[in-house]
Amino acid sequence: MTRSFGWPDLLFLIEAARWTVLVSLVAFAGGALGGALICILKLSGGRLGGAVVRVWVQLGQGIPVLMQLFLFYFGLSILGFSVPPLLAAAVAFGLYASANIGVIWLGAVDAIPKQQWEAGETLGLSWAQQMRQVIAPQALRLALAPTVGFMVQIVKNTSLTSVIGIVELARAGQVVNNATYQPFSVFFAICVIYFILCFPLSLLSRGLERRLHVAH
Amino acid sequence: MNYTLDFSWLQGSLPMLWSGLQATVFLTVVACALGSLVGIVGALGRNSPWLPFRAAATAYVEAIRNTPLLAQAFLIYFGLPALGISLTPMVAAGLALTINCGAYTAEIFRAGFEAIQKSQHEAATALNLSRRQTFLHIVLPQAFRSVYPALSAQFVLILMASSITSQISAEEISAAANQIQSTSFRGFEVYLLISLVYLAMVLAMKSLFSLIGGFLLRNSAGGRLVAERAAP
Repeated sequence: MTRSFGWPDLLFLIEAARWTVLVSLVAFAGGALGGALICILKLSGGRLGGAVVRVWVQLGQGIPVLMQLFLFYFGLSILGFSVPPLLAAAVAFGLYASANIGVIWLGAVDAIPKQQWEAGETLGLSWAQQMRQVIAPQALRLALAPTVGFMVQIVKNTSLTSVIGIVELARAGQVVNNATYQPFSVFFAICVIYFILCFPLSLLSRGLERRLHVAH
Repeated sequence: MNYTLDFSWLQGSLPMLWSGLQATVFLTVVACALGSLVGIVGALGRNSPWLPFRAAATAYVEAIRNTPLLAQAFLIYFGLPALGISLTPMVAAGLALTINCGAYTAEIFRAGFEAIQKSQHEAATALNLSRRQTFLHIVLPQAFRSVYPALSAQFVLILMASSITSQISAEEISAAANQIQSTSFRGFEVYLLISLVYLAMVLAMKSLFSLIGGFLLRNSAGGRLVAERAAP
């Protein structure tokens, strides 16, 4: 039994896109938390912290996201409970996103001239105060555009969570295709919806880059 | 937690993993080589004074960069047959990766072309070089050196992205992993091993590129450019 691809299917796809947005937000939240932790570990200057960050970033950036998803999906299940796909996705994206966001933020902190730290120290600020009141506000300006740019990568990569059973946009596309057997229309519609989600973020990232980089 | 790691499945699976590894390397090399050519044309289009060429290049770059590779691969592998174009999984995978890689390298090369100083074009004109000669002998070599780091980083990303083509049944190493997992039920061990294989390939690729980069940038205009930028 096949039926043709119509409004109800499109509506189903748009509804599934909510899961894409949700997984993206979860991934970004995990990535931001982990990225902040990476910054703290690295900037606190310990040798152990630096080593942990190196391994963390290497794993997060050197293993394909698809493999990370499978690894955590099957890896967590050996702890003896059945893993909800959303949990596996959150953990896998937490690793992937935090490694990338951590690198972006560390780069931004590195780009702040050393004299800014020294000036803060001269004023009698503690390390935490220097970080919070002097360095972070400046680093934030530098980091904002690439961070938003990376959110585009996150949204696109959430399509991979379809392989562990989350019915987000890409999986919904397969479902609709199985019912209508109009693959070109269905997957073209999928691409358009992803584009509608991602393009504004890309434009925002570019706009921020232009606006915030003029000062430098 | 009483779970013992079991790698006994490895014995019968080595030939499959080996041919998967070869397919991964093949896909990566083809996509990076052809994708770079597409990228150079795309970059020329993005800077072209001729509106239709510029619009087409911009549409291509934005469409690809703002949609997931998985959806692009689905459209090519499942969608094109509906239009009468049937591709084998490997061809579809290579095509999807090439088109994807091309959009990213187009932006990289565009930045490289824009970084070439105006005086270089003027000098080429003074030497009576044609536009073709200027591009091939003046612009491209210098742009290549200045984009080399970004380009090689993109190639590493393509290696990792090639894993996604397992979803359109291209028989590269991730697909081999999926297949072994489904018969051995040792998902964690299988994906742990394959993850380490990817990690090793990524590290090998990075060291290879930095080795080549060392030779390439030594005593060259690009090398001096990099050195000058590094020491302001």
